[in-house]
Amino acid sequence: MLDLFFIIQKLILVSAVLAITLVIAMYTTYAERKLAAFFQDRVGPNRAGPFGILQPLADGLKFMFKEAFIPANANKFLFVLGPSISMIAACMACGVIPWGSSLMIMGHEVPLQIADLNVGVLYLFGVVSLGVYGIMIGGWASNNKYALLSTIRASSQMISYEIAMGIALIALTLSTGTLSLKEIVSLQHGGHWNVWVQPLGFIIFIICAFAETNRMPFDLPECETELVGGYHTEYSGMQLGFYLFAEYINMFVSSTVMAALYFGGFNFPFLNSLGLSHNLVTLLGVGVFFAKIFALMFFFIWIRWTIPRFRYDQLMRLGWKVLMPLAIFNMLVTAVLILL
Amino acid sequence: MILGLFCFLSLLTIMSALSVILSRNPVYSVLSLILCFFSIAGHYILLSAPFLAVVHIIVYAGAIMVLFLFVIMLMMRTSDVGLTSWVKRIGSFFVVGVLGVTIVALMQRGTLVLPRYLASVEGSVSSLGRVLFGQYAIPFELSTILFLSAVVGVVMLGKKS
Repeated sequence: MLDLFFIIQKLILVSAVLAITLVIAMYTTYAERKLAAFFQDRVGPNRAGPFGILQPLADGLKFMFKEAFIPANANKFLFVLGPSISMIAACMACGVIPWGSSLMIMGHEVPLQIADLNVGVLYLFGVVSLGVYGIMIGGWASNNKYALLSTIRASSQMISYEIAMGIALIALTLSTGTLSLKEIVSLQHGGHWNVWVQPLGFIIFIICAFAETNRMPFDLPECETELVGGYHTEYSGMQLGFYLFAEYINMFVSSTVMAALYFGGFNFPFLNSLGLSHNLVTLLGVGVFFAKIFALMFFFIWIRWTIPRFRYDQLMRLGWKVLMPLAIFNMLVTAVLILL
Repeated sequence: MILGLFCFLSLLTIMSALSVILSRNPVYSVLSLILCFFSIAGHYILLSAPFLAVVHIIVYAGAIMVLFLFVIMLMMRTSDVGLTSWVKRIGSFFVVGVLGVTIVALMQRGTLVLPRYLASVEGSVSSLGRVLFGQYAIPFELSTILFLSAVVGVVMLGKKS
Protein backbone atom coordinates (compact mmCIF):
# COMPACT_ATOMS: atom_id res chain seq x y z
CA MET A 1 0.00 0.00 0.00
CA LEU A 2 2.71 2.48 0.94
CA ASP A 3 4.41 2.34 -2.43
CA LEU A 4 6.66 5.01 -3.88
CA PHE A 5 3.99 6.47 -6.16
CA PHE A 6 1.67 6.99 -3.20
CA ILE A 7 4.34 8.75 -1.15
CA ILE A 8 5.42 11.03 -4.00
CA GLN A 9 1.81 11.86 -4.86
CA LYS A 10 1.03 12.83 -1.27
CA LEU A 11 4.27 14.83 -0.93
CA ILE A 12 3.44 16.84 -4.05
CA LEU A 13 -0.12 17.36 -2.89
CA VAL A 14 0.94 18.53 0.58
CA SER A 15 3.50 20.99 -0.79
CA ALA A 16 1.07 22.30 -3.40
CA VAL A 17 -1.72 22.81 -0.87
CA LEU A 18 0.62 24.53 1.58
CA ALA A 19 2.09 26.79 -1.11
CA ILE A 20 -1.33 27.72 -2.49
CA THR A 21 -2.66 28.44 1.00
CA LEU A 22 0.27 30.71 1.84
CA VAL A 23 0.17 32.58 -1.48
CA ILE A 24 -3.59 33.10 -1.24
CA ALA A 25 -3.28 34.30 2.35
CA MET A 26 -0.52 36.68 1.20
CA TYR A 27 -2.64 38.13 -1.56
CA THR A 28 -5.68 38.37 0.72
CA THR A 29 -3.83 41.13 2.56
CA TYR A 30 -3.52 42.94 -0.77
CA ALA A 31 -7.18 42.32 -1.62
CA GLU A 32 -8.19 43.53 1.83
CA ARG A 33 -6.29 46.80 1.44
CA LYS A 34 -7.50 47.39 -2.10
CA LEU A 35 -11.14 46.66 -1.20
CA ALA A 36 -10.91 48.81 1.92
CA ALA A 37 -9.62 51.62 -0.26
CA PHE A 38 -12.52 51.06 -2.66
CA PHE A 39 -15.12 51.13 0.14
CA GLN A 40 -13.60 54.32 1.55
CA ASP A 41 -13.11 55.99 -1.83
CA ARG A 42 -9.31 55.89 -1.68
CA VAL A 43 -6.69 54.50 -4.06
CA GLY A 44 -5.02 51.95 -1.79
CA PRO A 45 -1.51 50.52 -2.21
CA ASN A 46 -0.22 51.47 -5.67
CA ARG A 47 3.55 52.00 -5.33
CA ALA A 48 5.13 48.53 -5.46
CA GLY A 49 4.75 47.24 -9.00
CA PRO A 50 1.78 47.86 -11.32
CA PHE A 51 -1.40 48.50 -9.26
CA GLY A 52 0.69 47.79 -6.15
CA ILE A 53 0.66 44.08 -6.99
CA LEU A 54 4.03 43.51 -5.27
CA GLN A 55 2.85 45.10 -2.01
CA PRO A 56 2.50 41.76 -0.09
CA LEU A 57 6.10 40.86 -1.02
CA ALA A 58 7.30 44.24 0.19
CA ASP A 59 5.38 43.79 3.45
CA GLY A 60 6.84 40.32 3.92
CA LEU A 61 10.39 41.55 3.32
CA LYS A 62 9.85 44.38 5.77
CA PHE A 63 8.72 41.90 8.43
CA MET A 64 11.74 39.67 7.74
CA PHE A 65 14.33 42.43 7.98
CA LYS A 66 12.91 44.05 11.09
CA GLU A 67 14.42 43.02 14.40
CA ALA A 68 12.42 40.30 16.13
CA PHE A 69 12.64 41.92 19.54
CA ILE A 70 11.96 39.85 22.66
CA PRO A 71 11.15 41.92 25.78
CA ALA A 72 13.45 41.45 28.78
CA ASN A 73 10.75 40.14 31.13
CA ALA A 74 9.09 37.87 28.61
CA ASN A 75 9.33 34.09 28.72
CA LYS A 76 11.58 33.64 25.68
CA PHE A 77 10.66 30.06 24.77
CA LEU A 78 6.91 30.56 24.99
CA PHE A 79 7.19 33.97 23.33
CA VAL A 80 8.55 32.30 20.20
CA LEU A 81 6.27 29.26 20.55
CA GLY A 82 3.04 31.34 20.48
CA PRO A 83 3.15 32.59 16.88
CA SER A 84 4.46 29.21 15.69
CA ILE A 85 1.46 27.40 17.19
CA SER A 86 -0.90 29.94 15.63
CA MET A 87 0.64 29.33 12.23
CA ILE A 88 0.64 25.51 12.56
CA ALA A 89 -2.96 25.36 13.80
CA ALA A 90 -4.03 27.61 10.92
CA CYS A 91 -2.38 25.41 8.28
CA MET A 92 -3.43 22.04 9.76
CA ALA A 93 -7.04 22.21 8.63
CA CYS A 94 -6.06 22.10 4.93
CA GLY A 95 -5.21 18.41 5.30
CA VAL A 96 -8.78 17.12 5.10
CA ILE A 97 -10.28 19.51 2.54
CA PRO A 98 -11.33 17.80 -0.73
CA TRP A 99 -9.99 20.28 -3.29
CA GLY A 100 -11.31 18.36 -6.28
CA SER A 101 -12.54 14.88 -7.16
CA SER A 102 -9.55 13.08 -8.70
CA LEU A 103 -7.02 13.22 -11.52
CA MET A 104 -6.01 10.28 -13.70
CA ILE A 105 -2.21 10.36 -13.93
CA MET A 106 -0.39 7.48 -15.69
CA GLY A 107 -3.25 5.09 -15.09
CA HIS A 108 -3.46 5.88 -11.36
CA GLU A 109 -6.39 7.67 -9.79
CA VAL A 110 -5.01 10.50 -7.67
CA PRO A 111 -7.59 12.02 -5.28
CA LEU A 112 -7.13 15.75 -4.75
CA GLN A 113 -7.41 15.45 -1.00
CA ILE A 114 -4.51 14.88 1.38
CA ALA A 115 -6.36 12.58 3.79
CA ASP A 116 -9.95 11.37 3.56
CA LEU A 117 -10.58 10.84 7.27
CA ASN A 118 -13.89 9.28 8.17
CA VAL A 119 -13.96 11.77 11.06
CA GLY A 120 -13.05 14.77 8.89
CA VAL A 121 -15.61 17.16 10.37
CA LEU A 122 -14.49 16.33 13.90
CA TYR A 123 -10.86 16.80 12.87
CA LEU A 124 -11.70 20.29 11.62
CA PHE A 125 -13.44 21.07 14.87
CA GLY A 126 -10.43 19.81 16.85
CA VAL A 127 -8.03 21.99 14.84
CA VAL A 128 -10.28 25.02 15.39
CA SER A 129 -10.21 24.40 19.12
CA LEU A 130 -6.38 24.38 19.09
CA GLY A 131 -6.12 27.82 17.50
CA VAL A 132 -6.67 29.46 20.86
CA TYR A 133 -3.36 28.15 22.26
CA GLY A 134 -1.20 30.32 20.01
CA ILE A 135 -2.93 33.44 21.28
CA MET A 136 -2.98 32.32 24.93
CA ILE A 137 0.68 31.33 25.05
CA GLY A 138 1.89 34.40 23.18
CA GLY A 139 -0.22 36.80 25.21
CA TRP A 140 0.84 35.32 28.52
CA ALA A 141 4.53 35.03 27.63
CA SER A 142 4.65 38.73 26.70
CA ASN A 143 4.35 39.58 30.42
CA ASN A 144 2.29 42.63 29.61
CA LYS A 145 -1.04 43.33 31.25
CA TYR A 146 -2.72 44.55 28.07
CA ALA A 147 -1.60 41.46 26.22
CA LEU A 148 -2.88 39.25 29.07
CA LEU A 149 -6.24 41.04 29.21
CA SER A 150 -6.77 40.63 25.51
CA THR A 151 -5.62 37.01 25.70
CA ILE A 152 -8.38 36.37 28.22
CA ARG A 153 -10.86 38.12 25.98
CA ALA A 154 -9.72 36.17 22.96
CA SER A 155 -9.84 32.78 24.61
CA SER A 156 -13.25 33.30 26.21
CA GLN A 157 -14.57 34.56 22.88
CA MET A 158 -13.20 31.57 20.99
CA ILE A 159 -14.45 29.03 23.54
CA SER A 160 -17.92 30.61 23.57
CA TYR A 161 -18.34 30.63 19.81
CA GLU A 162 -16.94 27.11 19.41
CA ILE A 163 -20.03 25.76 21.20
CA ALA A 164 -22.55 27.24 18.78
CA MET A 165 -20.30 26.25 15.88
CA GLY A 166 -20.11 22.66 17.11
CA ILE A 167 -23.88 22.39 17.51
CA ALA A 168 -24.39 23.82 14.00
CA LEU A 169 -21.99 21.14 12.74
CA ILE A 170 -23.97 18.44 14.58
CA ALA A 171 -27.13 19.53 12.74
CA LEU A 172 -25.20 19.38 9.46
CA THR A 173 -23.91 15.87 10.13
CA LEU A 174 -27.43 14.81 11.14
CA SER A 175 -28.77 15.84 7.75
CA THR A 176 -25.85 14.39 5.75
CA GLY A 177 -25.35 11.26 7.84
CA THR A 178 -21.56 11.21 7.50
CA LEU A 179 -18.50 12.83 9.05
CA SER A 180 -16.28 12.46 5.98
CA LEU A 181 -15.80 15.72 4.11
CA LYS A 182 -15.45 13.96 0.77
CA GLU A 183 -18.81 12.25 1.20
CA ILE A 184 -20.45 15.48 2.37
CA VAL A 185 -19.22 17.21 -0.79
CA SER A 186 -20.26 14.42 -3.12
CA LEU A 187 -23.73 14.26 -1.51
CA GLN A 188 -24.25 17.86 -2.62
CA HIS A 189 -23.93 16.88 -6.27
CA GLY A 190 -26.47 18.42 -8.63
CA GLY A 191 -27.32 21.60 -6.75
CA HIS A 192 -28.40 19.88 -3.53
CA TRP A 193 -26.31 22.30 -1.51
CA ASN A 194 -26.48 21.96 2.24
CA VAL A 195 -27.16 25.66 2.58
CA TRP A 196 -30.70 25.01 1.25
CA VAL A 197 -31.16 22.25 3.83
CA GLN A 198 -29.49 24.04 6.73
CA PRO A 199 -29.97 27.80 6.19
CA LEU A 200 -30.09 28.63 9.91
CA GLY A 201 -27.15 26.33 10.58
CA PHE A 202 -25.13 28.12 7.91
CA ILE A 203 -25.90 31.57 9.35
CA ILE A 204 -24.82 30.38 12.81
CA PHE A 205 -21.70 28.79 11.35
CA ILE A 206 -20.61 31.88 9.45
CA ILE A 207 -21.13 34.15 12.47
CA CYS A 208 -19.04 31.76 14.57
CA ALA A 209 -16.41 31.63 11.83
CA PHE A 210 -16.11 35.41 12.03
CA ALA A 211 -15.64 35.13 15.79
CA GLU A 212 -13.14 32.26 15.55
CA THR A 213 -10.97 34.11 13.04
CA ASN A 214 -11.16 37.33 15.10
CA ARG A 215 -12.49 39.23 12.11
CA MET A 216 -14.10 42.60 12.34
CA PRO A 217 -17.40 42.60 14.17
CA PHE A 218 -15.66 40.31 16.66
CA ASP A 219 -12.06 41.55 16.62
CA LEU A 220 -12.08 42.35 20.34
CA PRO A 221 -8.80 40.49 21.01
CA GLU A 222 -6.95 43.22 19.15
CA CYS A 223 -9.25 46.09 19.98
CA GLU A 224 -6.68 48.85 19.55
CA THR A 225 -8.66 51.62 21.21
CA GLU A 226 -8.86 49.72 24.50
CA LEU A 227 -5.97 47.27 24.59
CA VAL A 228 -3.02 49.00 22.83
CA GLY A 229 -2.43 46.30 20.20
CA GLY A 230 -4.17 43.26 21.66
CA TYR A 231 -2.40 40.00 22.41
CA HIS A 232 0.47 40.85 20.04
CA THR A 233 1.28 44.21 21.65
CA GLU A 234 4.86 43.14 22.43
CA TYR A 235 5.55 41.39 19.14
CA SER A 236 7.58 42.76 16.26
CA GLY A 237 9.22 41.54 13.08
CA MET A 238 8.27 38.22 11.56
CA GLN A 239 6.75 36.94 14.83
CA LEU A 240 4.12 39.67 14.55
CA GLY A 241 3.92 38.82 10.88
CA PHE A 242 3.07 35.20 11.77
CA TYR A 243 0.19 36.28 14.00
CA LEU A 244 -1.24 38.61 11.36
CA PHE A 245 -0.66 36.05 8.64
CA ALA A 246 -2.34 33.29 10.65
CA GLU A 247 -5.49 35.41 10.71
CA TYR A 248 -5.56 35.51 6.91
CA ILE A 249 -4.87 31.77 6.66
CA ASN A 250 -7.73 31.17 9.08
CA MET A 251 -9.97 33.32 6.94
CA PHE A 252 -9.03 31.33 3.85
CA VAL A 253 -9.48 28.00 5.64
CA SER A 254 -12.86 28.89 7.09
CA SER A 255 -14.07 30.10 3.68
CA THR A 256 -12.85 26.79 2.27
CA VAL A 257 -14.67 24.82 4.94
CA MET A 258 -17.89 26.73 4.38
CA ALA A 259 -17.64 26.32 0.61
CA ALA A 260 -17.13 22.57 1.07
CA LEU A 261 -19.74 22.00 3.78
CA TYR A 262 -22.53 24.31 2.64
CA PHE A 263 -21.93 25.36 -0.97
CA GLY A 264 -21.30 22.09 -2.73
CA GLY A 265 -17.49 22.16 -2.78
CA PHE A 266 -16.14 21.35 -6.23
CA ASN A 267 -19.56 20.45 -7.67
CA PHE A 268 -21.01 22.70 -10.34
CA PRO A 269 -24.16 22.45 -12.49
CA PHE A 270 -24.11 20.17 -15.56
CA LEU A 271 -20.92 18.58 -14.23
CA ASN A 272 -21.34 15.36 -16.16
CA SER A 273 -23.25 16.54 -19.23
CA LEU A 274 -20.42 18.64 -20.68
CA GLY A 275 -18.85 15.64 -22.38
CA LEU A 276 -15.33 16.60 -21.31
CA SER A 277 -12.59 14.26 -20.15
CA HIS A 278 -12.38 13.29 -16.47
CA ASN A 279 -9.26 15.37 -15.77
CA LEU A 280 -10.71 18.50 -17.38
CA VAL A 281 -13.93 18.20 -15.37
CA THR A 282 -11.87 17.84 -12.19
CA LEU A 283 -9.80 20.91 -12.98
CA LEU A 284 -12.97 22.89 -13.76
CA GLY A 285 -14.34 21.69 -10.42
CA VAL A 286 -11.23 22.95 -8.62
CA GLY A 287 -11.68 26.30 -10.36
CA VAL A 288 -15.34 26.47 -9.29
CA PHE A 289 -14.37 25.58 -5.72
CA PHE A 290 -11.84 28.41 -5.61
CA ALA A 291 -14.41 30.82 -7.08
CA LYS A 292 -16.76 29.94 -4.20
CA ILE A 293 -13.93 30.38 -1.70
CA PHE A 294 -13.01 33.80 -3.08
CA ALA A 295 -16.66 34.91 -2.97
CA LEU A 296 -16.83 33.97 0.73
CA MET A 297 -13.50 35.71 1.41
CA PHE A 298 -14.85 38.84 -0.28
CA PHE A 299 -17.80 38.59 2.11
CA PHE A 300 -15.38 38.50 5.07
CA ILE A 301 -13.62 41.65 3.85
CA TRP A 302 -16.88 43.37 2.95
CA ILE A 303 -18.24 42.84 6.49
CA ARG A 304 -15.00 44.09 8.02
CA TRP A 305 -15.23 47.48 6.36
CA THR A 306 -19.00 47.84 6.85
CA ILE A 307 -19.95 46.82 10.38
CA PRO A 308 -18.50 48.35 13.56
CA ARG A 309 -17.09 46.33 16.44
CA PHE A 310 -19.30 44.79 19.13
CA ARG A 311 -18.97 45.71 22.78
CA TYR A 312 -17.64 42.87 24.91
CA ASP A 313 -20.88 42.21 26.83
CA GLN A 314 -22.83 42.28 23.55
CA LEU A 315 -20.41 39.72 22.14
CA MET A 316 -20.91 37.37 25.08
CA ARG A 317 -24.69 37.85 25.04
CA LEU A 318 -24.83 37.09 21.31
CA GLY A 319 -22.73 33.97 21.74
CA TRP A 320 -24.44 32.43 24.74
CA LYS A 321 -28.00 33.78 24.71
CA VAL A 322 -28.73 34.03 20.99
CA LEU A 323 -26.49 31.75 18.94
CA MET A 324 -26.38 28.77 21.30
CA PRO A 325 -30.19 28.47 21.80
CA LEU A 326 -30.68 29.02 18.07
CA ALA A 327 -28.15 26.30 17.28
CA ILE A 328 -29.83 23.87 19.71
CA PHE A 329 -33.24 24.72 18.20
CA ASN A 330 -31.83 24.10 14.72
CA MET A 331 -30.38 20.77 15.84
CA LEU A 332 -33.67 19.65 17.42
CA VAL A 333 -35.73 20.64 14.36
CA THR A 334 -33.31 18.80 12.09
CA ALA A 335 -33.47 15.69 14.27
CA VAL A 336 -37.28 15.73 14.39
CA LEU A 337 -37.54 16.21 10.61
CA ILE A 338 -35.18 13.30 10.01
CA LEU A 339 -37.15 11.11 12.42
CA LEU A 340 -40.49 11.83 10.71
CA MET B 1 7.20 1.19 10.90
CA ILE B 2 4.29 0.82 13.35
CA LEU B 3 6.64 -0.45 16.06
CA GLY B 4 8.87 2.59 15.50
CA LEU B 5 5.88 4.91 15.76
CA PHE B 6 4.73 3.13 18.89
CA CYS B 7 8.17 3.50 20.53
CA PHE B 8 8.38 7.17 19.58
CA LEU B 9 4.88 7.92 20.87
CA SER B 10 5.45 5.99 24.09
CA LEU B 11 8.71 7.82 24.71
CA LEU B 12 6.98 11.13 24.04
CA THR B 13 4.11 10.21 26.36
CA ILE B 14 6.38 9.23 29.21
CA MET B 15 8.73 12.19 28.78
CA SER B 16 5.89 14.70 28.65
CA ALA B 17 4.11 13.06 31.59
CA LEU B 18 7.34 13.27 33.61
CA SER B 19 7.75 16.87 32.59
CA VAL B 20 4.25 17.61 33.92
CA ILE B 21 5.30 16.71 37.45
CA LEU B 22 8.96 17.76 37.29
CA SER B 23 8.76 21.26 35.81
CA ARG B 24 8.81 24.14 38.28
CA ASN B 25 6.66 26.42 36.17
CA PRO B 26 2.97 25.39 36.21
CA VAL B 27 2.46 26.77 32.70
CA TYR B 28 5.11 24.36 31.43
CA SER B 29 3.29 21.58 33.27
CA VAL B 30 0.05 22.37 31.48
CA LEU B 31 1.78 22.55 28.11
CA SER B 32 3.50 19.21 28.73
CA LEU B 33 0.16 17.72 29.67
CA ILE B 34 -1.24 18.92 26.34
CA LEU B 35 1.69 17.26 24.56
CA CYS B 36 1.00 14.10 26.57
CA PHE B 37 -2.64 14.12 25.44
CA PHE B 38 -1.53 14.51 21.84
CA SER B 39 0.78 11.52 22.05
CA ILE B 40 -2.00 9.45 23.64
CA ALA B 41 -4.23 10.49 20.73
CA GLY B 42 -1.47 9.19 18.47
CA HIS B 43 -1.73 5.83 20.24
CA TYR B 44 -5.48 5.80 19.58
CA ILE B 45 -4.82 6.39 15.89
CA LEU B 46 -2.34 3.49 15.86
CA LEU B 47 -5.06 1.36 17.45
CA SER B 48 -7.28 2.40 14.50
CA ALA B 49 -9.66 4.42 16.66
CA PRO B 50 -9.53 7.82 14.92
CA PHE B 51 -12.85 8.88 16.40
CA LEU B 52 -11.56 8.38 19.93
CA ALA B 53 -8.33 10.23 19.06
CA VAL B 54 -10.12 13.27 17.69
CA VAL B 55 -12.66 13.40 20.51
CA HIS B 56 -9.80 13.07 23.00
CA ILE B 57 -8.10 16.11 21.43
CA ILE B 58 -11.33 18.14 21.28
CA VAL B 59 -12.37 17.43 24.86
CA TYR B 60 -9.03 17.44 26.67
CA ALA B 61 -6.67 19.62 24.63
CA GLY B 62 -9.38 21.83 23.16
CA ALA B 63 -11.56 22.48 26.20
CA ILE B 64 -10.29 21.29 29.55
CA MET B 65 -6.66 22.30 29.17
CA VAL B 66 -7.67 25.76 27.94
CA LEU B 67 -9.50 26.24 31.23
CA PHE B 68 -6.47 24.92 33.17
CA LEU B 69 -4.21 27.37 31.36
CA PHE B 70 -6.75 30.13 31.98
CA VAL B 71 -6.80 29.56 35.72
CA ILE B 72 -3.04 29.18 36.03
CA MET B 73 -2.28 32.29 33.98
CA LEU B 74 -4.65 34.35 36.11
CA MET B 75 -3.85 32.91 39.54
CA MET B 76 -0.17 32.12 39.33
CA ARG B 77 2.32 33.99 41.43
CA THR B 78 5.87 32.80 40.79
CA SER B 79 6.70 32.97 44.52
CA ASP B 80 4.46 30.17 45.73
CA VAL B 81 5.62 27.44 43.40
CA GLY B 82 6.79 24.08 44.68
CA LEU B 83 5.71 21.53 47.23
CA THR B 84 6.58 22.56 50.74
CA SER B 85 4.07 20.85 52.98
CA TRP B 86 5.12 17.49 54.44
CA VAL B 87 1.56 16.21 54.12
CA LYS B 88 1.74 16.70 50.37
CA ARG B 89 5.07 14.90 50.11
CA ILE B 90 3.92 11.90 52.13
CA GLY B 91 0.66 11.84 50.17
CA SER B 92 2.46 11.80 46.83
CA PHE B 93 4.82 9.02 47.96
CA PHE B 94 1.76 7.00 49.02
CA VAL B 95 -0.01 7.48 45.67
CA VAL B 96 3.09 6.60 43.64
CA GLY B 97 3.64 3.51 45.82
CA VAL B 98 0.11 2.23 45.29
CA LEU B 99 0.37 2.82 41.53
CA GLY B 100 3.75 1.05 41.37
CA VAL B 101 2.46 -1.98 43.27
CA THR B 102 -0.57 -2.15 40.96
CA ILE B 103 1.60 -2.06 37.84
CA VAL B 104 3.93 -4.77 39.20
CA ALA B 105 0.95 -6.95 40.12
CA LEU B 106 -0.55 -6.51 36.65
CA MET B 107 2.73 -7.43 35.01
CA GLN B 108 3.09 -10.61 37.09
CA ARG B 109 -0.38 -11.76 36.11
CA GLY B 110 0.64 -11.23 32.51
CA THR B 111 -2.34 -9.11 31.53
CA LEU B 112 -0.18 -6.17 30.45
CA VAL B 113 0.43 -7.16 26.84
CA LEU B 114 1.04 -4.97 23.83
CA PRO B 115 -2.20 -4.38 21.95
CA ARG B 116 -2.69 -5.72 18.46
CA TYR B 117 -2.82 -3.18 15.66
CA LEU B 118 -5.77 -3.66 13.37
CA ALA B 119 -6.10 -2.61 9.81
CA SER B 120 -8.35 0.42 9.31
CA VAL B 121 -11.91 -0.40 10.35
CA GLU B 122 -14.53 0.98 8.01
CA GLY B 123 -17.26 3.11 9.52
CA SER B 124 -15.91 2.94 13.05
CA VAL B 125 -17.98 5.98 14.02
CA SER B 126 -21.29 4.41 13.03
CA SER B 127 -20.46 1.10 14.72
CA LEU B 128 -19.44 2.96 17.88
CA GLY B 129 -22.71 4.88 17.74
CA ARG B 130 -24.73 1.68 17.39
CA VAL B 131 -23.02 0.10 20.39
CA LEU B 132 -23.31 3.28 22.46
CA PHE B 133 -26.99 3.91 21.75
CA GLY B 134 -28.04 0.27 21.54
CA GLN B 135 -26.22 -2.09 23.85
CA TYR B 136 -25.02 0.56 26.34
CA ALA B 137 -27.94 2.99 26.05
CA ILE B 138 -28.79 3.03 29.76
CA PRO B 139 -25.25 3.69 31.09
CA PHE B 140 -24.84 6.34 28.39
CA GLU B 141 -28.04 8.11 29.41
CA LEU B 142 -27.07 7.87 33.08
CA SER B 143 -23.75 9.57 32.37
CA THR B 144 -25.56 12.36 30.50
CA ILE B 145 -27.68 12.90 33.62
CA LEU B 146 -24.42 13.20 35.56
CA PHE B 147 -23.24 15.91 33.17
CA LEU B 148 -26.58 17.68 33.36
CA SER B 149 -26.41 17.77 37.16
CA ALA B 150 -22.87 19.19 36.91
CA VAL B 151 -24.14 21.94 34.59
CA VAL B 152 -27.00 22.77 36.95
CA GLY B 153 -24.58 22.81 39.88
CA VAL B 154 -22.26 25.24 38.09
CA VAL B 155 -25.15 27.58 37.33
CA MET B 156 -26.26 27.47 40.98
CA LEU B 157 -22.73 28.20 42.25
CA GLY B 158 -22.38 31.04 39.77
CA LYS B 159 -25.66 32.61 40.90
CA LYS B 160 -24.75 32.56 44.59
CA SER B 161 -21.77 34.88 44.18
